[in-house]
Amino acid sequence: MGDSQYSFSLTTFSPSGKLVQIEHALTAVGSGQTSLGIKAANGVVIATEKKLPSILVDETSVQKIQALTPNIGVVYSGMGPDFRVLVRKSRKQAQQYYRLYKEHIPVTQLVRETAAVMQEFTQSGGVRPFGVSLLIAGYDDNGPQLYQVDPSGSYFSWKASAMGKNVSNAKTFLEKRYTEDMELDDAIHTAILTLKEGYEGQISSNNIEIGILRADREFKVLSPAEIKDFLEEVE
Amino acid sequence: MSVSPRPPPPRSPGFLPRPGSRIPYGFAPCPSQIFEYNGSAVVAMVGKNCFAIASDRRLGVQLQTIATDFQRVFKIHDKLYIGLSGLATDAQTLYQRLVFRHKLYQLREERDMKPETFASLVSALLYEKRFGPYFCQPVIAGLGDDDVPFICTMDFIGAKELAKDFVVSGTASESLYGACESMYKPNMEPDELFETISQALSSSVDRDCLSGWGGYVLIVTPTEVREHVIKTRMD
Repeated sequence: MGDSQYSFSLTTFSPSGKLVQIEHALTAVGSGQTSLGIKAANGVVIATEKKLPSILVDETSVQKIQALTPNIGVVYSGMGPDFRVLVRKSRKQAQQYYRLYKEHIPVTQLVRETAAVMQEFTQSGGVRPFGVSLLIAGYDDNGPQLYQVDPSGSYFSWKASAMGKNVSNAKTFLEKRYTEDMELDDAIHTAILTLKEGYEGQISSNNIEIGILRADREFKVLSPAEIKDFLEEVE
Repeated sequence: MSVSPRPPPPRSPGFLPRPGSRIPYGFAPCPSQIFEYNGSAVVAMVGKNCFAIASDRRLGVQLQTIATDFQRVFKIHDKLYIGLSGLATDAQTLYQRLVFRHKLYQLREERDMKPETFASLVSALLYEKRFGPYFCQPVIAGLGDDDVPFICTMDFIGAKELAKDFVVSGTASESLYGACESMYKPNMEPDELFETISQALSSSVDRDCLSGWGGYVLIVTPTEVREHVIKTRMD
C-alpha cells in the first residue's frame, strides 16, 4: 500500500507501551463536536451537535448521523471524512453478510467488523489510524444496543455514553439522569438536555441532529420539524 | 437424470481397458455421467413438529459396489441435518467445508445457524464454484424458530427449491418423487412419518440399480433424534 518506502507501520509503540498515534487520534476525537447515545428499554437514541463553520453553509446537506442498515445507525465525533470512509466500508460489510446468509447482520457482528477495520489501520503499512470514535446504535433480536468504537479498534457496549468536546460534563449529566427502565421519549428528552448543557450558543432544530430506533427496528433520522417538537417539550 | 444405466457408449481410442481390469465401461466419467458415478438417494419429509431425512447406504464405482455403510446424511447441529447426493468425494468435502463455516459462525455469533440461513449459505457456496462446481445435490432439513420444520433442496450450482412436504435427490429421484407423492400426507406424527419415509425410500431404491443396499433414516423432533437402519433389497 503506497510507496515502498512507507510500507512499514507508522503506528509504533513508545517505550512506555503506548501507541502514541492512537493517543493523538483520541485527542482529535476529543476536540470534535459532542455526540452522545442513550439506550432505552424500548429503543435507542443517538444525537450530535451540528455546528457549521458559517451561516452560509446549507445545513440540509450535512448529515452527521447515517444509517448502516435499515436497523443500525451511527454517529461520530472527530474527522468527518474519516467517518464517511468507515460508513462506506461498514455498509459494504453488512451487505456482504446479507448476500451470504440472506439474514440481516446482527449489531454485534457489524460492530466487530467495523472495529476490525479500524484496528487494521493501526497495524498496516503507510496508513494512519482513523480520527473518529463511533457510536453505533442498533435494534435486532437481542434488543436495543449501543456500542462505542474507538480509533484503536476497541469497542464497548454502553447504556449511555458521550464523546467529543464536552465528554466529561455530558457523561456526568447522563450518569445522574439515566435509569434502566427509561422509555425512548424520555431518553430523547435527556439527550437533548445533555446536548444543551454543553452547547455554546442557542440550541435549535437546525443545529443538532437526532437519530432514533424504536421497537419497529427502523432507523430514522429526525427531521428539523420533529426535533422542534421535542425541543418544545423539553423547554 | 435417468434411473437405469445407459448402454455403454462407443469406446474412444484414447483409453482401452487392460484385460482383467474392473472398469465396466472402460472410461472416466464424462460430465453427463458424473452424477451417476457413485449412485445415491436422499429424501426428506415434513411431519407434525418434526422432520425425517433418509438416504441409501450404497457407495459404488459405476456398477461395482464398494461399500454398504456409506454415510450421506450429516449433522450440522442438533436441529439441522444435510443430506448430500451425487459424487461422493464432493459430498464429503462439501460437508467438511460446511461444518467449518458453521463452527466459525457458532463461535462468532454464539448461536446455532437457522436452517433458512444455512440453506442460503450452502447456495452461496455452491454458486461460488459456478464454473467448476461440486457435483452434489444437497437436501437440507432442520427445525427453525419455534421448532417449525424446514426442508429444501438445491441443484449443484445452488438454485434453492423450498417445499412444504418433501424433497428428493439422487439417481433414484424420479422414483422417489412418485413414491413420496403417493405416500405423503401432511401432519404425520413421528412414528407414521418414519413408516412413510422408509417405505418411499426402499421402494424407490429397489427400482434403481445404483442406489440401495439398505437405508438410513433419521427422525428429528424438538426433544429427540432417532436413527434407524432399514433393510431394502440388498443388491
